[in-house]
Amino acid sequence: MLPTPSLRDALYGFGICIAALLVAAIFFWLLADLAWQGVGRLDWTFLTTPPRNAGRDGGLAPILVSTSLIILVAMSVAAPLGVATAIFLSEFTPAGGRLARWMSLSLDVLAGTPSIVFGLFGGAFFCVFLGLGFSILSGGLTLACMALPILIRTVESGLRSSPIEWRLGAAALDLSRATLLWHVLLPAAAPSLAAGLSLGIGRAVAETAALIFTSGYVDRMPSSLFDSGRALSVHIYDLTMNVSGGDANAYASALVLIAFLIAANSLAFWFSNRIFGRRMARA
Amino acid sequence: MIAYIADTDATAGSGRAAYTLGPLAAGPTCCEPRPQISVENLTLAYDGRAALKEVSLDIFRGCVTALIGPSGCGKTSFLSSLNRLSDLIPGCEVEGRILFDGQNIHDQLTNVRALRRRVGMIFQRPNPFPLSIRRNLEMPLKEHGVQRRADLDAAVWRSLVDVGLWEEVRDRLDAPALALSGGQQQRLCIARAIALQPDVLLMDEPCSALDPVSSTIVEDLIASLRGGYTIVIATHNLAQARRVANYAGFFWVKDRAGVLIEFDHCQRIFDSPRHELTAAYVSGRRG
Ligand SMILES: Nc1ncnc2c1ncn2[C@@H]1O[C@H](COP(=O)(O)OP(=O)(O)OP(=O)(O)O)[C@@H](O)[C@H]1O
Ligand SMILES: [Mg+2]
Repeated sequence: MLPTPSLRDALYGFGICIAALLVAAIFFWLLADLAWQGVGRLDWTFLTTPPRNAGRDGGLAPILVSTSLIILVAMSVAAPLGVATAIFLSEFTPAGGRLARWMSLSLDVLAGTPSIVFGLFGGAFFCVFLGLGFSILSGGLTLACMALPILIRTVESGLRSSPIEWRLGAAALDLSRATLLWHVLLPAAAPSLAAGLSLGIGRAVAETAALIFTSGYVDRMPSSLFDSGRALSVHIYDLTMNVSGGDANAYASALVLIAFLIAANSLAFWFSNRIFGRRMARA
Repeated sequence: MIAYIADTDATAGSGRAAYTLGPLAAGPTCCEPRPQISVENLTLAYDGRAALKEVSLDIFRGCVTALIGPSGCGKTSFLSSLNRLSDLIPGCEVEGRILFDGQNIHDQLTNVRALRRRVGMIFQRPNPFPLSIRRNLEMPLKEHGVQRRADLDAAVWRSLVDVGLWEEVRDRLDAPALALSGGQQQRLCIARAIALQPDVLLMDEPCSALDPVSSTIVEDLIASLRGGYTIVIATHNLAQARRVANYAGFFWVKDRAGVLIEFDHCQRIFDSPRHELTAAYVSGRRG
């Protein structure tokens, strides 16, 4: 016999709660483990002093600077390029057209490409062919290539999902395409820009493989974008794999990495809201 | 100046009765019947399926023309072909001639944007932009060259007063337009269109989301615009059509495509329709 509707509702509710709790539990376990092992090392000096003794002692200062610079380069290249491409795809190519289909197919393939492939490409193209060498610039540009597909796809779908009534209304008022885009469509797509940026940043901050080949692992303070610089993830990788006795600092660094990720995401939301969202008045 | 009536016998082929529209028996004399828009044999299809078939009628300058007919008979489609908004609807194809002030709007030489600047449109579903109330009105004005703050403020005030929205929103002009009620949104859209002072206003059921009070305000607005503006209004509200319109066209669905059954002075359509379908529809026996 079928259970009564209210019992069925209760069962569904219970199942959904369990699933949600499970996911949350895994995340908290991970975080607790990291905190447990890493928080002992974490203090102001850890953040403001350079690493010593191959990273076993000392702090993270130059690594934080390098990481920030790499991400800054990546995002300041990827954001405008990505938004422009998304606009091109959603506004200037018909939805079912051949060009749109090919572009989205190749973007999807690129989005799923293993990072090591991007690393090899970045090393060959930016470091060698363009002569940028192992540098923060090479690393940032490589990460921009990696972040672009996701960014483009999210912004494009944000733009495409705007109701056709706005477009018709704008056309009936004889608004130019640029006005419609700038004042209506992009502000409305600001949340998807933020989502795209934070996905891109997430992929970038977590990146190790692509950076080893491009920005290198020199752990000195960089003096320009042309210097090699070690990213946080590379540092953690190095401490756990190559440096015996580096585990404690690796955990502390991982904790910093997570804090970094949260900060970078908030920044992405703030940024996209600031650029486009302030014109937007949401209901 | 041709009134139109479709064959009363549905099988009788293409012969159609036409007679000359006389002067309006009663009603406003603002309507010297000079056509502003002449539609000739308009056929409109979505993805190859005709939604409108061979519609011909004249829309007279300074007059209010009402389009009536059951749901799905192509009123919205007809309106959107007049300012070539149908160009933007995927899969929509238009055949036939539409003369705007004597010029074919499908001509290579016609500037679509200039056409749309002269034709304002109010949509069946309110479509304010996701911006503040003020910016909804100011953005199109700025786009069309109104830059001075005083001019903008005056235009915003004027158009909101005209649609009876000013008192309701005067102290929250910077609030999101999407936070307004449906009826308020529709009046905002009307304000947005008339702020640009077009020559022609296409109104697609402007009052269907409005309460009787705001409906009356919009009707009064239409009455006050008559003479200065050419207005085409699609409506399901027959009493309203009768009150505001000088001319009326009755559409019907035949073989799954919309056709024009009868076009005449509004009064004749309602009081002495020639076609039996029209008579049945306006008397509420069918529809
Ligand atoms: N974008 C579209 N794509 C395909 N078919 C459409 C589209 N818009 C309208 N149609 C079809 O065209 C016909 C006429 O539609 P239209 O919206 O013009 O009718 P209407 O008279 O405005 O109806 P209503 O009174 O309900 O607003 C309908 O059969 C409808 O299904
Ligand atoms: Mg309609």
